Amino acid sequence: MPKDYGIGASSKRREDVRFLTGRGVYTDDMALHGQTYAVFVRSTVAHGRIRSVGTEAASKMPGVLAIFTGEDFKDVGGNPAGWLINSRDGTPMHEPKRPVLAHGKVRHVGDAYAAVIAETYQQAKDAAQQISDDTDIEELPAIVDMRAALADSSNRVHDEIPDNQCYDWGWIEDNRAAVDAAFKSAPHVTTLELVNNRLVPNAMEPRASIGEYFPGTGDYKLTTTSQNPHLTRLLVAAFVLGIPENKLTVVAPDVGGGFGSKIYHYGEEALVLAAAKKLARPVRWTAERSESFLSDAHGRDHVTKIELACDKEGNFLAFRTETMANVGAYLSNFATVTPTFLHGTLMAGPYKVPHVYVNVKTVFTNTAPVDAYRGAGRPEATYSLERVIDKMCRELGLDPFEVRRKNFLTTDMFPYTTPVGLVYDTGNYHATLDKAMEMADVAGFAKRRADSAARGKLRGMGLSTWIEACGIAPSNLVGILGARVGLYDAATVRVNATGNISVMVGAHSHGQGHETVFAQIAAEKLGIPESSVEIVHGDTSKIPFGMGSYGSRSLAVCGVAMTKAIDKIVAKGKKIAAHMLEAAEGDITFEDGKFSVAGTDKAKTFGEIAFSAYVPHNYPLETLEPGLEETAFYDPANFTYPAGAYICEVEVDEGTGKVDVVAFHCADDFGNVMNPMIVEGQVHGGVGQGIGQALLESTTYDENGQLLTGSYMDYAMPRAGDVPFYNVDYSCQTACTHNVLGVKGCGEAGAIGSPPAVVNAVLDALHSGGHKIAHIDMPVSPGRVWQAING
Amino acid sequence: MTQVSMTVNGKPVSGEVEGRTLLVQFLREGLGLTGTHVGCDTSQCGACVVHVDGKPVKSCTVFAQDVAGSSVKTIEGMANADGSLGTLQQAFQDHHGLQCGFCTPGMVMSSAALLADNPNPTEAEVRHHLEGNICRCTGYHNIVKAVLTASGQPVAAE
Repeated sequence: MPKDYGIGASSKRREDVRFLTGRGVYTDDMALHGQTYAVFVRSTVAHGRIRSVGTEAASKMPGVLAIFTGEDFKDVGGNPAGWLINSRDGTPMHEPKRPVLAHGKVRHVGDAYAAVIAETYQQAKDAAQQISDDTDIEELPAIVDMRAALADSSNRVHDEIPDNQCYDWGWIEDNRAAVDAAFKSAPHVTTLELVNNRLVPNAMEPRASIGEYFPGTGDYKLTTTSQNPHLTRLLVAAFVLGIPENKLTVVAPDVGGGFGSKIYHYGEEALVLAAAKKLARPVRWTAERSESFLSDAHGRDHVTKIELACDKEGNFLAFRTETMANVGAYLSNFATVTPTFLHGTLMAGPYKVPHVYVNVKTVFTNTAPVDAYRGAGRPEATYSLERVIDKMCRELGLDPFEVRRKNFLTTDMFPYTTPVGLVYDTGNYHATLDKAMEMADVAGFAKRRADSAARGKLRGMGLSTWIEACGIAPSNLVGILGARVGLYDAATVRVNATGNISVMVGAHSHGQGHETVFAQIAAEKLGIPESSVEIVHGDTSKIPFGMGSYGSRSLAVCGVAMTKAIDKIVAKGKKIAAHMLEAAEGDITFEDGKFSVAGTDKAKTFGEIAFSAYVPHNYPLETLEPGLEETAFYDPANFTYPAGAYICEVEVDEGTGKVDVVAFHCADDFGNVMNPMIVEGQVHGGVGQGIGQALLESTTYDENGQLLTGSYMDYAMPRAGDVPFYNVDYSCQTACTHNVLGVKGCGEAGAIGSPPAVVNAVLDALHSGGHKIAHIDMPVSPGRVWQAING
Repeated sequence: MTQVSMTVNGKPVSGEVEGRTLLVQFLREGLGLTGTHVGCDTSQCGACVVHVDGKPVKSCTVFAQDVAGSSVKTIEGMANADGSLGTLQQAFQDHHGLQCGFCTPGMVMSSAALLADNPNPTEAEVRHHLEGNICRCTGYHNIVKAVLTASGQPVAAE
C-alpha cells in the first residue's frame, strides 16, 4: 500500500488551494500605497550607436515623474558573469560590461536604453513611446550569424572584442592529441552537424519587479520574479548599485514558473530600486509578453559538429565535438558555464567511451542574451550524443538498443571517472533501458507500425538514453572551474513553543511544490504531522541564505541542509530530554516523535521538549541554552547523476510532413523519491518542453536581428493537443551515495532526455518509408519534414 | 471615464473606467480580484479566462464597459459556498494538474466551461478545447486527467 505520510508519500500539494482559488500572490498582484509605474524604452534596432536619447518632450507629459537613461548608470557597476572561463590557450574570457540601461550602443532588439516612471501605466507607456520617437540611434549592421560574427572583426558587438568571441574552450585540452589519435586509427567514424535550436523559456508569469525605498531607515526592498532571491540581492547590492547588503531585502513571492529564465539578475530590478529611492515611492514594472520575448534570457542555440569513432560492432572509441554557442549581446549570469561545464563534462554520456574532446567557441551576437534553460547544457550534450549514435547505427546496420546496451557503464564500475572529468557515483543504465523497453512494448512495435501503415501513416520509434550532472554543486570543485560563488545551500529549522515548526529554506519554489515536499521530509524526521510544518522561502529577510532553485538542486542540496538542521534539533532535543528526564544525554533515543531513556518507559514527546525549550524552568544555563532553533549549511561532495532511457513513438504523415507523438515512455533513475506525484509531474513538464523543442519551438531572428517569433502567434508553444499522455516510471532507483536523502533530482530530466528520442523516432519513421534522410534539424516542423521527403 | 456596473461572482459591483480599460484590468486593479492573470498580450495564453454570462471569455480582449450589466464569474467565485474546493478544482489538486499556478485560473475557468457544454468530453475533446490555454509546467498530462476525472469518467493514463 502506498505511503500516505512523510517521505515517499504522494501528499497533495498544500500550495494548490491558494492557486486554485485565485489567492496566490504573485509580484504583479501586489498593490502598494503611492505606487508608480515604470515602462522601459527598448531598442527597435539590433545594433546601433546612440546619438541622443530624446527625453525632453516626454519629461513634460502628464504624469511623468522621472526619466532614466544609460547616462544615469554609467558610473555604477555592471551585471556580472557568474563564471570566469579561460580559453584553451589559458587567456581569460572577455567580459563586457552589462549596464542597467544601454549606454553608447544598443546591442539587441529589446535592449533597454531608457525608462520612464509615471503616475499611471498608460502615462508611462505614452511617454516611453515619445522617447522612442525622439531618440536618434545610428543603425549599424547587425551581427546575427555566429560564423559570420567570428569571421568579421570589422563589425563588433562590443567594440573592445575584435572577433566577437567570448572564449575558445577545450575540454580536456591535454587529452586532445589522444582523442585525435583514436579517430585516426578508428575502423569507423560517423560525423553529424546539427543545430540545437534557440528557445524562449516562456514561464507563463512574465517577469515583474517592484522597488521600494524607506527614507526613514535607508532600507530598500525588491519584490521580484526570481528563482534565487539571495543571488539577486548579492548582485544588486555588491556588484551593481553598491547598496549595503544588509539594507536590501529581496522577496520572490509566488513565482509563475522559471525554467532558468528567472535565475538571473536583470537591469529592470536595479532600475526600480534606483527609481524608488529617487522618488521615495514604490516603483513597479511588469513585462508585457512581447518584452519577455525580447529581453528574457533565451536558451540553447548551439551549432555543433560531433564525430563518433567506433569499431564495426559499434563499440565506442571516441567522441569529438566542435560547438559554437551563442551568448547573445551580453553575458547573462550563467551564460559562460552553460555551454562549457554543464555541457562538455556530460559528453561521455552513460557510456564507457575512453576518449572525449569538446571544443566550444562562445560568440557574441546582436540578439537577446542566452543562458541556462531547463537542462542547461546537458540537453545539448545528450542531443548531440544520441543523434550521432543513431546515425552510426544506421550506417553500420546495428540495432540502436543493443549498441547502447553494449556501451553502457556497468554497475560494478562505480564510482567511475569519465574522460571529461566527472565522477559518477552510482547508476544502473541497463535497468532503465530494460524498463523503458518493457513499458514501450518494443516487441509489439512491428504490429503497431503495420496498423499505422494501414491508416496511411509512417510509424517510427526513437530511443534516447541520458545522464545529467545536477544537485548543483560542490563549491570546491566549481571554484576551481571558475565560479564566482559557492553553490551550497542553507536552512533554518525553528521549533515554536507549541511544537509546530517553521523551516526557512534557501531553495525557491516556483512550481516545484517545496512547501509540500520539504514539509513531508521534516515531518517524518521529527515524527510530527505534516500540517505542523511550515516551509518559508523566497525572502532574504526571513531565510538564512540560499542559492535558489535550478539545476535540479533543491532537494539534493537544500533538502539535505534542512535534514542536517533537523539532526541538530534532535541533538539539542536530546540534551533537553536528558535534563528533564534526569538521565545521561547518551542514554536518550529519539524515535517516532518521542525522546526516551533507552531501556525504560521514561519519555517526553517532541511537543513537551519544544515547550520546555521556551519555558526553561530550572535549566542548567551554563550547559543548556533555552530555545530550539538550528541552522545548517550543506555543500555537496559531488554532483548527483540521474539517468534514464526514453522511448518515443511518432506517426508521420508523408503528405503533409506533420509529426504526431503517439506514445512517450520514460524510465528514470532519480535515486530515492520523496513525493512520487510531484516527480511524475516534473517529468511530464520536462517532456512537454522537450517535445516543444523537438517539433515546434523556433526562435528566429532575421538578418537584421529582428525577432520574427516574438509572440505566441509566431512562436509555437506546445499546447494540449500537441502532446500525448506520458508513461512515466521511476522504479529503477540507485540512491545517491553522497547525500543522506539519497536523492538525485528530477526537474530537468524530461527536457534533457526527450528531444533526441523524438527526432530519432521521426527519422526511423521516414526510413521505414524509404526516405533515406540522415538528419533534420529541430524543430522538426511539417515544412522541414516535407522538404526532406520531397527534396 | 464611464461608470460601469456588473455582477461579479454574484455580487453587484461598479466602478469608473476609461474606454480602453480592459475587463481584466477592471477585475485586477479596480476590484482587486487578482486571481485572473495576464500572461500575454495577444489573446493566446488563456491565463485571463473568466465567464461572462456563462461563456468563457479572455478578459484581456474585452473592454470593461462592453460587459456592463453582465454577470461575470472569476476563479475567486469557483469554490463551494462553504469555501471548500469545487469538484473541478479538487480534481486539479488530486491529480496534480498545476505546478506554478499561474495558468491555473484560466485552465479551471476554461475547463469548467467545457464541462458545462459537454459533460462527458473525450480526451481529444479536452485537448482541443484547451488549445487556447497555455501551460508551461505540466506538459498538460495532469490537466487533461483532472478534467476527465471531474467529468466522472475513468481515465486511462497513469
